[in-house]
Amino acid sequence: MSNEVILEATGLVKRYGHVTALDGMDFSLRAGEVLAVIGDNGAGKSSLIKALSGALVPDEGTIRVDGRAVDFRAPMDARRAGIETVYQELAVAPAMTIAENLFLGRELRRPGVAGRLLRMLDHTRMREESARYLQELEIGVRSMSQAVSTLSGGQRQAVAVARSAAFARHVVIMDEPTAALGVKEGSQVLALIRRVRDRGLGVVLISHNMPHVFEIADRIHVARLGRRVAVLNPRSVNMSDAVAVMTGARTPETLDPAVLA
Amino acid sequence: MSTPAFRSALAASNQARRLTLGAAGPLLALLLACAFFATRSDRFLTGENFSLVLQQVMVVGVIAIGQTLVILTAGVDLSCGMVMALGGIVVTKLAAESGVPVPLAIAAGVGVTTGFGLVNGALVTRIGLPPFIVTLGTLNVAFAITQLYSQAQSVSELPESLTALGTPIFGGGVVWGVLLMLALYGVAWYSLRHTAWGRHVYAVGNAPDAARLAGIRTSRVLLSVYVIAGALYGVAALLSVARTGVGDPNAGQTENLDAITAVVLGGTSLFGGRGSVLGSLIGALIVGVFRNGLTLMGVSSVYQVLITGILVILAVTTDQLSQRRTA
Repeated sequence: MSNEVILEATGLVKRYGHVTALDGMDFSLRAGEVLAVIGDNGAGKSSLIKALSGALVPDEGTIRVDGRAVDFRAPMDARRAGIETVYQELAVAPAMTIAENLFLGRELRRPGVAGRLLRMLDHTRMREESARYLQELEIGVRSMSQAVSTLSGGQRQAVAVARSAAFARHVVIMDEPTAALGVKEGSQVLALIRRVRDRGLGVVLISHNMPHVFEIADRIHVARLGRRVAVLNPRSVNMSDAVAVMTGARTPETLDPAVLA
Repeated sequence: MSTPAFRSALAASNQARRLTLGAAGPLLALLLACAFFATRSDRFLTGENFSLVLQQVMVVGVIAIGQTLVILTAGVDLSCGMVMALGGIVVTKLAAESGVPVPLAIAAGVGVTTGFGLVNGALVTRIGLPPFIVTLGTLNVAFAITQLYSQAQSVSELPESLTALGTPIFGGGVVWGVLLMLALYGVAWYSLRHTAWGRHVYAVGNAPDAARLAGIRTSRVLLSVYVIAGALYGVAALLSVARTGVGDPNAGQTENLDAITAVVLGGTSLFGGRGSVLGSLIGALIVGVFRNGLTLMGVSSVYQVLITGILVILAVTTDQLSQRRTA
């Protein structure tokens, strides 16, 4: 793991009328790490993620990618900056094939006149590249021309993760990637997240599943009441203390400083 | 049990089944319908009759291209036939009564139908109204304008160039309009299958949220679909005028439902995102063959309407059931 910070946010504020979703939230992600974001409902997890992926514009605060301040107005802006997001459930078009889903919104055209003038798609290359991506991530799917609706829940999630991993240059944000999955499929997706990290990308993982968080995270960002209250080291903190900090039952100051990351 | 070889064989057979259901189903229905009518009437299997069927189909066929695009996005365009009728009246009134040069009259007619497509699309995308309601409204608006503008009178004595699409190619049995229809199907098939725009049309119909999150500008895709559909109704208007030789304010009334029937019979799902434009061509031929065959058998047109209605319900039921199986 390198210590280079690739995505950083300071003092993010987002208010909805009288409700303050983000109240000076800080955030920091390094290259090649899995950073889990945990927090109770209303802690500001999803607002934070939306701000980082361009889905909402914060009222105050700054976001930096590779040290440069950015101003995300739409998800496309975040994507151009190399940040890809896997949204729970919504990620794929079931009637379309795996290759079509992987390249949805960034289809490859044929070289030469066919591509330029007739805007002809390069189906073959998209199928081949899809097969290569999935193979790299060790996702066992036979045919790239298979409709996504024929896949299991875990395989669908794998396709969604693979799409983000294939196109992300810096960061992959995953919102509850294992929530809808069974035990076996859940651990397959965790293995996949590990492989994505090992390719040097930063992974932000939002999850309610504490065992999953402790299994895979390198650091744990604890959000509470719209702020970051602590960053924990999953190898030295125990799960009940992490939950206590998350729910406010314990303040981070009462923890052994060794558990802070 | 579930060895890789077994699984890949299963996947392949699933795919084969999907292909057969996708294209061969409607084709089989068409062949069965032809075989049935061939046994019922001696005149059915003649070149002359096929030429007639094709001429009847070319109008519905071109409308059905636009309708396919709209239905692929999980919408429906109820205004198609009435917008076409208005286009036909605009072209013929301008060319035959107002002395406007034919190319300008054609441009005006197609412009009006494209404008209706733009209005439909804008109401669906900007205000977020359901396509069903929007097009039910524009159906009535288009019908009323057609009646007012034509004073409910047919427009006849058209310039010859306006009916050229209805003349046979080199004296053969096929008219130019049929060729135009086939060319438009070719373009539509290519655009849907081989361009990013086409894939986006499918994505918007199949999973609008996933499409938006993938960075597709879904409103723009939807709007383009309604505008292109409107332009195609204008082309259909020219074909209708060419075939009948008059501007008919009551045109489009059977074509309205026939076009939807053709699309659904052709295997395109009303839930959006699944189907093909070539299926709609076969669907249009099925509708044409039924109308033609029943006429040859001397079945009154009321029964033809009845049978078309039953066909639609059957096709939609199949769609619903297959959707439930895959979901």
